[in-house]
Amino acid sequence: MTIADFIITNAPALLVAIPLFAAFTIPLVGRISTAARNLWVMGAMLAAAAVAFILAFTVFTSGTVIYVFGASAVNLAVPLDSGGIPIRIIFTVDAMSAFMDIICAISGVSVLLYSLSSESRNSSLEGYYALFLLMITGVFGMVSTGDFFNFFVFLEILSLASAGIIAYRIDGGLAVEAALKYFVLSTLGAIFILFAIGIFYGQYDALNIAMIAQRMQYTMLDKIALVLLVAALAMKCGAVPMHFWTPDAYSMAPSSATAFLVVASQASLYGLFRVLFTMYNVTMNCITIGWIIIILGVLSMVVGVTMAIPQKDVKRLMAYHAISQTGYMLLGVGVGLAVLGNVALTNAFGFTAMEGGIFHIFNHAMYKGLLFLTAGVIFYRIGTRDLNKMGGLGHNMKYTMIFFIIGALAIAGIPPFNGFASKLMIYESVYIFNPILAIIAMVVSILTLASFVKVFHSIFMGPKLPEYADVKEAPLPMLLGMGILAAIVILVGLFPQPVVDGFVAPAAHALANQSGYIFSVLGGA
Amino acid sequence: MLWNLPFITVVVLTFIGIITVLLKKNIIKILLGINILESAVNLFLVSLGYREGGVAPIFTLAPSNLMVLPTPQALTLTSIVIGVATSALVLSFAMVLKKKYGTVDIDKIRRLQG
Amino acid sequence: MSRIVRTAADIIYPFVLIFGLYIVAHGHLTPGGGFQGGAVIATGAALVIVAYSYTEVRAWLSKNVLMGQEVIGLVGFIGVALLAFAFGQVFFFNYLNASGSLFGIPVPYGINAGELNTGGFVPLMNFSVGCEVWGGLTLVILYMLSGLEKEEC
Repeated sequence: MTIADFIITNAPALLVAIPLFAAFTIPLVGRISTAARNLWVMGAMLAAAAVAFILAFTVFTSGTVIYVFGASAVNLAVPLDSGGIPIRIIFTVDAMSAFMDIICAISGVSVLLYSLSSESRNSSLEGYYALFLLMITGVFGMVSTGDFFNFFVFLEILSLASAGIIAYRIDGGLAVEAALKYFVLSTLGAIFILFAIGIFYGQYDALNIAMIAQRMQYTMLDKIALVLLVAALAMKCGAVPMHFWTPDAYSMAPSSATAFLVVASQASLYGLFRVLFTMYNVTMNCITIGWIIIILGVLSMVVGVTMAIPQKDVKRLMAYHAISQTGYMLLGVGVGLAVLGNVALTNAFGFTAMEGGIFHIFNHAMYKGLLFLTAGVIFYRIGTRDLNKMGGLGHNMKYTMIFFIIGALAIAGIPPFNGFASKLMIYESVYIFNPILAIIAMVVSILTLASFVKVFHSIFMGPKLPEYADVKEAPLPMLLGMGILAAIVILVGLFPQPVVDGFVAPAAHALANQSGYIFSVLGGA
Repeated sequence: MLWNLPFITVVVLTFIGIITVLLKKNIIKILLGINILESAVNLFLVSLGYREGGVAPIFTLAPSNLMVLPTPQALTLTSIVIGVATSALVLSFAMVLKKKYGTVDIDKIRRLQG
Repeated sequence: MSRIVRTAADIIYPFVLIFGLYIVAHGHLTPGGGFQGGAVIATGAALVIVAYSYTEVRAWLSKNVLMGQEVIGLVGFIGVALLAFAFGQVFFFNYLNASGSLFGIPVPYGINAGELNTGGFVPLMNFSVGCEVWGGLTLVILYMLSGLEKEEC
């Protein structure tokens, strides 16, 4: 078996094994020198990203890939003597999982490149990089797994590592307070998810997502499990009644970690969609649950943008905008869920709404990551995040200003950038469903633009201030990291149609296709 | 009714745990509330596997062949390990906060508002 | 602590250690395994810290050795799993099961007295996890106690 065949066959396992192995050996490598550790971490991330791209290519060309851990053959999901039950842990990578893998890979590489110089002034960086690689393992595992208890384990790995990274600056007390809030809420959510796992296991004797989907009968206990799961997973992604951890955690974490926390929140959003579309699908009352998701989305959009306008801390403002953009994704996919039972409406605008929401996940990870990285550059150079103290930085930091303009225009939905493409799909389909929701979405978009014009003016415009006279441009690794994300924002904005046809539409169809998912794991049983 | 006693205990423990997390002001007491919730979930998972007349699912010197289900016990073990890691992390947060602010009362350590 | 407590801790500590290692080693036959055994061994360390003072025990233990134990345990765990690739099999495939080499005797069917030499690479993983949990939990205890003030030691 050649190396290429080996990697293609074992890609789902390597996706999780490579960052995990690298995270475990960082204390050893860190003893040698700083450069060796940086090289080791960057090498592991590039290798994991390469495996993610190879896996995504395989999935988009030849269909769902399954990988059974510890079996005698890679796709032997149902052992011959088990009575038809898949008893081992399975990684089921369909088009939606592959899409999220690509997002995590691109974001992880840019953020790691950025952090090589943004964190170089801090001490005990071995802990930082080990926690960061554990976060990457957690996200890759969460979005690729086909076993619900395995999803819970990776979710806990992710939330423990995130809490550790948010509290990284323990010299002040603010970061630890933010991490405490995040972690207590996260643990409550995880306990609710474990209750739901117990309910599913007690009723259906199955932990595999495809098996639960096949045996789902929507009894009273399943309704309780649905409520617990929606509450816990919506909390983890920052939807509105449970969003209070988001501004604190995003503003107090180190900047490179914040850009990756956005991807971590979206992995929980993926988990919510997987539960709603693949496990429950049409057995539940799609219209009611769809409207609940839509209402969560609208509340997030409106509350996020109105709380963002009076903020003075630039990262806190961007965190509220992240809540607002999560509302767009929930709105789009909620409309798709509400019409799922009706095939005619689904083909008319339901798939467009789902594609808009899913495309917005990709775009949001890119431009929000870029914005947080630019805020990090400003903090790195001048040491404050308060908008009232900044001004006139456009004279010194030209590249950062250009990246900030690209990110701000993308988040507001202005045409040549990628935010416009996904928002247009959401507006079109939601308008047919219910015109008021589309109008609310457009007003929120205008308020987003207003808020970012204010931020841009206070940071970059104006006369040169005397205390910032000798502020230099950002160092090269940070510019490279931001450059990758900015290039993707521009390219996807200029050519959205190939991206939608090639990546987003298969992901949306794979998400809504419950019987296809069950068939690929259980083989037509 | 008596056969439902483990599940009634789970509900009571969950209720006590949630009330503790919501109403107490000391970080250590909030952590104890989280531990009570974890115990409730572990009890729920283990009691799902019960089969009447079954013994522990260990083949070494087992008294009979009728055994309770072993899978929920594996899930519970994982949950206990996660609970240990959670407790260790929250306790270290409490230590750092006490060193910075001199107290572990959450009303007094709140600096992040709005 | 008084002389009686210190002598009792001296005598009991080796038994706690052996008991913890027994739980780790027999993880594939009786209840136990890596995490449980490692936690018992770390409890032994806590016993000695209670009997003697924290400053004395801190002088005996080295944080680097404990961190090295952690890393060895973790690398051992993931290395044993990755070795399945060297045999041309799936990740985490039990290549030692019923193979005749280390821990390779086929498991006897049904109720029996328990054969230690079975289980494939499960005992190896138990040892790795036990080593890691021993180092990890002892480090956690030491770090938490390092926040004590002088007169509380």
